[in-house]
Amino acid sequence: MSWLQKLLPPKIKRSPGGRKSMPEGLWSKCPACEAVLYASDLENNQQVCPKCSHHLRLRARARLNLLLDEEGRFEIGAEVLPMDPLKFKDGKRYIDRLAAANKETDESDALIVMQGAIKTVPVVVACFEFEFMGGSMGSVVGERFVRGVQAALELNAPFICITASGGARMQEGLFSLMQMAKTTAAVAKLAKHPLPFMTLLTDPTMGGVSASFAFVGDIVIAEPGALIGFAGPRVIEQTVRQKLPEGFQRAEFLLEKGAIDMIVDRRELRDKLASLITLLMRMPAV
Amino acid sequence: MKISFLEFEQPIAEVESKIEQLRFVQDDSAVDISEEISKVEAKSKKLTKDIYAKLTPWQCAMVARHPNRPYTLDYLSSIFTDFEELHGDRSSAEDAAIVGGMARFNGQSCMVIGHQKGRDTKEKITRNFGMPRPEGYRKALRLMRMAEKYQLPIFSFIDTPGAYPGISAEERGQSEAIGRNLLVMAELEVPIIATVIGEGGSGGALAIAVADTVMMLQYSTYAVISPEGCASILWKSADRAGDAADAMGITAQRLKSLGLIDRIINEPLGGAHRDHEEASKALKISLQEELSQLSKLSIPELVERRFERLMSYGRFKEQVVQ
Repeated sequence: MSWLQKLLPPKIKRSPGGRKSMPEGLWSKCPACEAVLYASDLENNQQVCPKCSHHLRLRARARLNLLLDEEGRFEIGAEVLPMDPLKFKDGKRYIDRLAAANKETDESDALIVMQGAIKTVPVVVACFEFEFMGGSMGSVVGERFVRGVQAALELNAPFICITASGGARMQEGLFSLMQMAKTTAAVAKLAKHPLPFMTLLTDPTMGGVSASFAFVGDIVIAEPGALIGFAGPRVIEQTVRQKLPEGFQRAEFLLEKGAIDMIVDRRELRDKLASLITLLMRMPAV
Repeated sequence: MKISFLEFEQPIAEVESKIEQLRFVQDDSAVDISEEISKVEAKSKKLTKDIYAKLTPWQCAMVARHPNRPYTLDYLSSIFTDFEELHGDRSSAEDAAIVGGMARFNGQSCMVIGHQKGRDTKEKITRNFGMPRPEGYRKALRLMRMAEKYQLPIFSFIDTPGAYPGISAEERGQSEAIGRNLLVMAELEVPIIATVIGEGGSGGALAIAVADTVMMLQYSTYAVISPEGCASILWKSADRAGDAADAMGITAQRLKSLGLIDRIINEPLGGAHRDHEEASKALKISLQEELSQLSKLSIPELVERRFERLMSYGRFKEQVVQ
C-alpha cells in the first residue's frame, strides 16, 4: 500500500474490484487512461480509445470486417474442426473446454482464415481469435493456416497473418509443438514465390506463435502497445529475479531493438497494407 | 563416476549400498562372501528391471534430467571422430548451450549440432543449463547452412529444458531465432537426423529438431511445455507435474504410438547414465541405419518427403459446415 493510500480514510479507498462494477453495454472505460467512453464511440473508432489512442483487443471477425472490402469474402478452412487426440484432462476435459470456448465465442477454433480484398487488392488473411482458448495454436490452427497459404499460392495473392495468441495449445501436447514446424514450413514454400507474407502482431503474441512464423515474414508490423515475446514476463521475472525494464516486450520496445518493421495504428491499417502490397508487387497505387 | 540415485530408485540405492558394504567387508576378511555379493547384485538388477519396467512419465522425466546422463559431447567423443568445434554466431556472441561442428561418422564427414548441459556448477553456468540464447540458434543455423553448402548430413542431439527465458534473449530476438531455424530446416538440402537424448523442451528443442528422422532415447522426453509449467498453468500448482506429464504424453513410447517420432533407441538397464558405452553403441547403430536409409533418397525426394511429413502433423476432423 502506498503512503497516499494509507493516509486516505477508508471510505475513499477504492475497492480493488470497484473498477469493473460499471454497467455493461452503454459505457466503457479505457484500461489505459481510464477515460469513460461511450461504447458506441469506441466501436466506431475500431476499439481504439479516442482520448489516448490505446488499442483495445479486438475480436477476429470484427478485425476481418474492418480490414477487408465487403465484396468477395470467402472463408477458408472452416471445415477443419478440433478433436482430442490425447484424451487430455486437467480439472476439465479438453473436449469440454473446446465446447465451452465454442459456446462463448461462436467460433470453432482460434484461427479464422478469409480470402478477400483490401482496397480491391486480393489477399488471404488469417486472424487469431484470442478469446478462443487464448488464441492457442493446436492442430486446427495449423491446418487452417496451411490451407490459407495454399489458397494464397493458388490465387497468386499475398498472405497476411494477424496474431493474438498465448502460444501453443498444451492440451494437444506435442501435436501443438509440431504446428510451429508445420506453419513455418508452409511459409517457407510461400517464400519461394514473389508473394508477400506479412504479419501483424497484436496484443498479445507469445510463445509458440511468436517463435514460429511471426518474425519470418517479409514485413513484420505490430499494433501500438502490443505485448510480444517468446517467454511471458512472469516466467522471465522468475528466471532472472530482477524487475523487467519499463515497456519491456511492448511493440515500441521491439521496434527499438530492430525486431519489427513498423508500428501501425489500427485506423490506418487498411491504407498501410494496401500501400505495402502494391509497392512490393509492383502494382499501381490504390 | 559415482551414480546418484533418483527418489524412486531408493530401493535400488539401498541394495547397492549393501553391495558396497559387502565388498568392503570382503576386502579385509578371510571368509569368502563373493557368493553372497553376486546374490545381492542379482537382486539389484532385478529390482532395477522391475522399477524401470513401469516408470511413470514423470519418473521418466527425472531420468531424462539425470545429472549423470550422457550429454551431446559425450556422444560426440564416443560415436564420432575428428570433431572440430566451431563457435559463434558471427554477429553478437558465442553460446555454449549449443555445441556444433564438423566430425566424422564411420569416417564420413558430417555436421553435428546439439544442446549441451554442464556437469559441475561452473560448467552448468557456462552452458546456461542447456538453455540456448538466440546466439546459440543462430550459430546452429550458420552451421546448418554450411552443412548444406558442403553436402554434409546433419546429426542433431536434443537435450534442453527450453530456450532461455531472459531479458537479453528477448532483446536479441529469441522468437525470431527459433522461427528462422524452423523456416530454414524445412527446406535444407541435406539429410537431417534428430535424436532426443535427454530433455526435449518445447520450441527450444524444436529449433534444431526439424528433421527427416526423429528418434528418441528410451527414457528421454519431448514436450510442448515442461510438466511443471503445464501443471502450474492448468492445475494451478507445479506440484501436479506428474499429472501434467501423464496428460501431455511426453515419453518416447507414447509419442511413437502417436506417430510423432520414428524410432525409439533402447537404453541400458537402469538408463543411459548407468552405462555410457552401451548407450553410445545403441545410438550409433540407429544413426547408422537411419542415415543409410536417407542416403538412398535424392535431395529433391528428401526435401519433398520432409515437407509432406511436416504438413501431416496434427489431428483434426473435417466436416462440411453449413
